[in-house]
Amino acid sequence: MRVSGSIRFILLSEIVFPILLLSFGVYHGVLQVLYRAGIIKANSVLGIEYYQGLTLHGVINAIVFTTIFIVAFGNGVVLYLLKKPLRPAVQWLSWLLMFGGTLMASWAMFSGKANVLYTFYPPLIAHWSFYVGAVLLVVGSLVPFFLDWIPNYLAWKRENTDKKMPLAVFGVFVNHILWFIMVIPVAIELIFQLIPLSLGIVKDINPLLARTLFWFFGHPVVYFWLLPAYVMLYTMLPKLISDKGKLYSDTAARLAFILFLMFSLPVGLHHQFTDPGISNSWKLIHAFFTFLVALPSMITAFTVAASMEYSAKREGGEGIFYWWTKLPYLRLEGDRWLFSYLFAGLILFFVGGITGIVNASYNVNLTVHNTAYVPGHFHTTVGGLSLLAFLGMSLYMLSKLKGVEVKFKGLAAVAPYIWVQGMFMFSYAMMVGGALEGFPRRTNTGLSYLNPDSPLYRPEWVGYAQLSVVGGFLLGLAFVFFLVSFLATLFAPNGQEPKLEFPIAQAYHDTPSPVLNNLKAWTLASVLLAVLSYLPALYDVTQRGIFYNSPAYHDKSPVPITPTETSQLDKEVKD
Amino acid sequence: MDRAERNATLLALFMLSFFFGLVVYAAKGLKIDLPTCITDVQPFKVGKLIRHAPDRYELHVVAKMWFFDMNEGQTRVEVPRGSVVDIYLTSADVVHGFHINDTNVNLMAVPGTVNYARVKFDRPGTYHVVCHEFCGIGHQDMAAQIVVK
Repeated sequence: MRVSGSIRFILLSEIVFPILLLSFGVYHGVLQVLYRAGIIKANSVLGIEYYQGLTLHGVINAIVFTTIFIVAFGNGVVLYLLKKPLRPAVQWLSWLLMFGGTLMASWAMFSGKANVLYTFYPPLIAHWSFYVGAVLLVVGSLVPFFLDWIPNYLAWKRENTDKKMPLAVFGVFVNHILWFIMVIPVAIELIFQLIPLSLGIVKDINPLLARTLFWFFGHPVVYFWLLPAYVMLYTMLPKLISDKGKLYSDTAARLAFILFLMFSLPVGLHHQFTDPGISNSWKLIHAFFTFLVALPSMITAFTVAASMEYSAKREGGEGIFYWWTKLPYLRLEGDRWLFSYLFAGLILFFVGGITGIVNASYNVNLTVHNTAYVPGHFHTTVGGLSLLAFLGMSLYMLSKLKGVEVKFKGLAAVAPYIWVQGMFMFSYAMMVGGALEGFPRRTNTGLSYLNPDSPLYRPEWVGYAQLSVVGGFLLGLAFVFFLVSFLATLFAPNGQEPKLEFPIAQAYHDTPSPVLNNLKAWTLASVLLAVLSYLPALYDVTQRGIFYNSPAYHDKSPVPITPTETSQLDKEVKD
Repeated sequence: MDRAERNATLLALFMLSFFFGLVVYAAKGLKIDLPTCITDVQPFKVGKLIRHAPDRYELHVVAKMWFFDMNEGQTRVEVPRGSVVDIYLTSADVVHGFHINDTNVNLMAVPGTVNYARVKFDRPGTYHVVCHEFCGIGHQDMAAQIVVK
């Protein structure tokens, strides 16, 4: 369908702006493997410190890029499938909030006033503009859902009483419902703890409560990054394989989305397995739900594989194995190139899913917590399937909205496979070094542990760090390939007909599933389960497990910046 | 759902239950458990190594920007081989991490509260401790050693 005017501009900028920012994020990713291996032995390069670059890498790649892209993708899917116009006023409001918030937070990060990493970690404190920027970005990302997508769906439903909500819209809706629920606790942390502390309105906060509120958000957010990729796998991948391609089962796809809605939330404590102040019984319950939330991914593995087989067989593939040769691994006609992104993402996600079970496994987590294993794992999930699907879809939507073919399509199609190779090397190095040798994450190891002149030198980590450099180089190269194609397409003269369309496949098995489609009831159940699973933990971290609040600290000094006259602890010791 | 799909789902459920069963057995049967909520130990300000018996020690660690106070300001302590050490950990400022390599001791140090783990050192040698949580500009230098003789 045609799009024009301000809606086209908004969609285009919601795709281009995050990719441009992502370039900074990827640059800092490449720099980090160099720092960590001791190839760069310094606190900073070009005026950006290691931990500042790590903050930029985390916040830009994982929060800003993903959130703005997901809004653009949701806008696109809802517009294309429901055929109801988006409201320019709503879209502009969302655009201003998201872009304004991003600029505020970016200013704080680039000027070194927010070296607190994406996980915030109070009592380290950043400039207030970092937190306010984050709030604006999140609010802006919710505006279209409530003021555009839901009203448009209700209007569509009145005209199509006999139809189910289209699967892609269903996935987008589930994802944004989850997003809305998960940001509430982190908003409480920001508004009642971090922003007042950064402004000096309060002198101290409860850091354990802050951690618990953050991780209520911090794990479900990975499903917020994942579900749009699942929408693409279910509804678009089959069509990219064959024009007659079909999704194997519509019901299984909806079941997977509902399971994510139910079990994504009561799992956050698995990021706090080694925290004090929380009874390990509650940790075990969250470990149980974390195992349950692996189930929809396993269902997806089956459904997506079955859809690929069904679709490849429409192209003449036969037998148990021969259909594999009919998949368009590296094909340049039409939109087939997009298959590379989704397929390469699937390969990485296979590794990511399995290694995630290790993190989830309660006591096994003791051997990997905060070691390099953790980034090794999540770079195959968010840096694997999510990122590749988002990059591919960004390029795809850009070419459609410009009305031109993708430029340098060969580079674009080969980039994801280079990315997979680089990520295998990087993740292998990080995971093995982390799990077996205790190589830590989030550490500028080149200055100390991997510096032969330092008394802290740990030679057993050298090989892993060096392998991660080779991986990091390939990852950077793959991103450059993508960027060349993306920028060439962006600056190509506009084509005849800017439009918006997606290759949506029909389902092979499609049965009515009224229970699964009752989103209101599932949302209510999900909120109830999340609240119940968190009440005991919140009681622990506020009543039983913590003795004192903490004043704020800056990352450069061990002296608190919001000193209480005598800290509570000093007073107790004196008494 | 067709039959193949149902079987795949059931197989996935069975595998997950099996793994989770093993995890619970390791935690409650073999007693390899996670840190829990300590309500009877106040946060302390000074690191101490206390000897209760020839093979029983209590180690109070204060993590601070940017070193571990393991014993009156030292970052290196010695215990004899075969010792059982009760480790109490707190932080004097921001959040830190405490990971003893080659052991299951992997703790977060959160200010205002106390974390606990017990470890038995059967093998002689130097056990490296690193801070594995970002704690400011000096984070990469925050390390300690436990020497087992």
